[in-house]
Amino acid sequence: MSNNEVNRTRRNLILATAAVGGAGVAVAAWPFIASMSPSARAKGLGAPVEVDISKLESGAKLVVEWRGAPVWIISRTKEMLDLLTKHDAKLTDPKSEGSLQPDYCKNPHRSIKPEIMIAVGICTHLGCSPSDKLKPQSDAETGPDWGGGFYCPCHGSLFDLATRVYKGSPAPTNLKIPPHKYLTDTRVLIGDDGKGA
Amino acid sequence: MNKLQQLLAWVDDRFPLTSTWKQHLSEYYAPKNFNFWYFFGSLALLVLVLQIATGIFLTMHYKPDASLNAAGVSVAFTSVEYIMRDVEWGWLIRYLHSTGASMFFVVVYLHMYRGLIYGSYRKPRELIWIFGCFIYVALMAEAFMGYLLPWGQMSFWGAQVIINLFDAIPIIGPEVAIWIRGDFVISDATLNRFFAFHVIAVPLVLLGLVVMHLVALHEVGSNNPDGIEIKKHKDPATGIPLDGIPFHPYYTVKDILGVCVFLIVFSVILFFTPEMGGYFLEANNFVPADPFKTPAHIAPLWYFTAFYSILRAVPPMFGSQFPGVIAMGMAIVVMFLLPWLDRSPVKSLRYRGAIYKWALGLFVIAFLVLSWLGTQSVSPTKTLMAQIFSVIYFAFFILMPWYTRMDKTKPEPERVTA
Repeated sequence: MSNNEVNRTRRNLILATAAVGGAGVAVAAWPFIASMSPSARAKGLGAPVEVDISKLESGAKLVVEWRGAPVWIISRTKEMLDLLTKHDAKLTDPKSEGSLQPDYCKNPHRSIKPEIMIAVGICTHLGCSPSDKLKPQSDAETGPDWGGGFYCPCHGSLFDLATRVYKGSPAPTNLKIPPHKYLTDTRVLIGDDGKGA
Repeated sequence: MNKLQQLLAWVDDRFPLTSTWKQHLSEYYAPKNFNFWYFFGSLALLVLVLQIATGIFLTMHYKPDASLNAAGVSVAFTSVEYIMRDVEWGWLIRYLHSTGASMFFVVVYLHMYRGLIYGSYRKPRELIWIFGCFIYVALMAEAFMGYLLPWGQMSFWGAQVIINLFDAIPIIGPEVAIWIRGDFVISDATLNRFFAFHVIAVPLVLLGLVVMHLVALHEVGSNNPDGIEIKKHKDPATGIPLDGIPFHPYYTVKDILGVCVFLIVFSVILFFTPEMGGYFLEANNFVPADPFKTPAHIAPLWYFTAFYSILRAVPPMFGSQFPGVIAMGMAIVVMFLLPWLDRSPVKSLRYRGAIYKWALGLFVIAFLVLSWLGTQSVSPTKTLMAQIFSVIYFAFFILMPWYTRMDKTKPEPERVTA
């Protein structure tokens, strides 16, 4: 037998050993990778939040914490709702086709009840929290013809009062709407809509 | 043989002490024409040691804990203030570390620029360059994770912006972002893992890469301002390059001078303007992190702002922020390809033609302008500027195979010049 000749049995055994060893390393790595996922406690803190909105005045905004993120509850006035229908041409996604919301909020006012807007107050660009520009007063940040909404101080994204993003903003989509449901007329559960969200 | 020589011989029989000393210092022959630009490699090593030393002492007092104390301020933020106010000399150690981080990037950027002007990345030094690029990436990760630890407003919101970049990856993005944070938002879990990465994982990688960078350098030998190989002309009797001088004592002495000047500059910054007017430590970071209040203006520290500008320059496409993230990533990836993009027959700027000099000048201007734009809040004019200079940044690399071949070069000398 020459030295160059391959011992097939030995080579196959080496390959099999390497494959088993590789699989072992992959399996052993799993607990370490999984340990970096949210712990049971972190998941528990992500439980739904119940909010009483009976004291929320018309035209005002309430912020509650859900999964560590600010969730906005805005009670819109009749005038605010009227303004929402007038600027579809200026919006990136007026019908919320490419945005994240439960199906029951995929409407022009993006809510279950037309006057109550509920959204996660985190910019869809890079996660800053936009500031209030609720009144229809134009300034340097909002630009002219402002119909009320929100301005993100990080990169200048603009949103209307249905949290729909204006064209030309760095944010690609409208703000996210969390799953939610009304337990009574004035009590809302954020984070659970009974549909397995 | 005296007792000391006997001891050395005893060690040398068991460990390659003398041979290692000779191989890397007393008989490592470096070109005799090193100039000012050759200080920054050894200075980078100095700052690395400084960061590790000050970091060890900071961990003796710092607590990576985002939970709130009785006063309603996070334990992490309080522990940094405690180091600054109550720990003896704590302010000095902390400012050495925070100012050291910025100085690290100053030195590394100048070191990289040296590589650019003298073609130090060219054959046979491609791997030195690639290890160097990995060091740069590890350094960015180290700096980014370290900046979260004081748990100030900029720590929190800067990390928020950067981790959300992963969110933009199609399909798997949101899951990846949650996995990185270990929570649905940046929280105590994130702070603890960043502490682990900052204090042990990344420094280990960094040290390993520095060793590889130096081993590769000493294998092929140093480049020099003329961009020619000194190994082409060796003394026939000794085999030592005619234009080479032993690193020790010649360059150890030269580098000690560099260290002295550097430490003077470093001390002036450290003692008179450790925050550098908000460029080395942002004012907002002296406010505790508040997940419900975004600061009016978020900007990363100065050493990241060029890439941040490139990120902001790309508009969202197909309802996704991902193209901007790709552009920012490519701005770093493209550096790795440099050894194969440059097709010039010469290495050093001294023998290159006008085209390359213009291209390099434009690239430096683009990098500086992008860095400045990244510290500014957005406006339509600034976005347009960021787009123009981003294009210049990429054009420098992408068009390089063509313009370096077209360029009219001068002949290289046979031996190094003074």
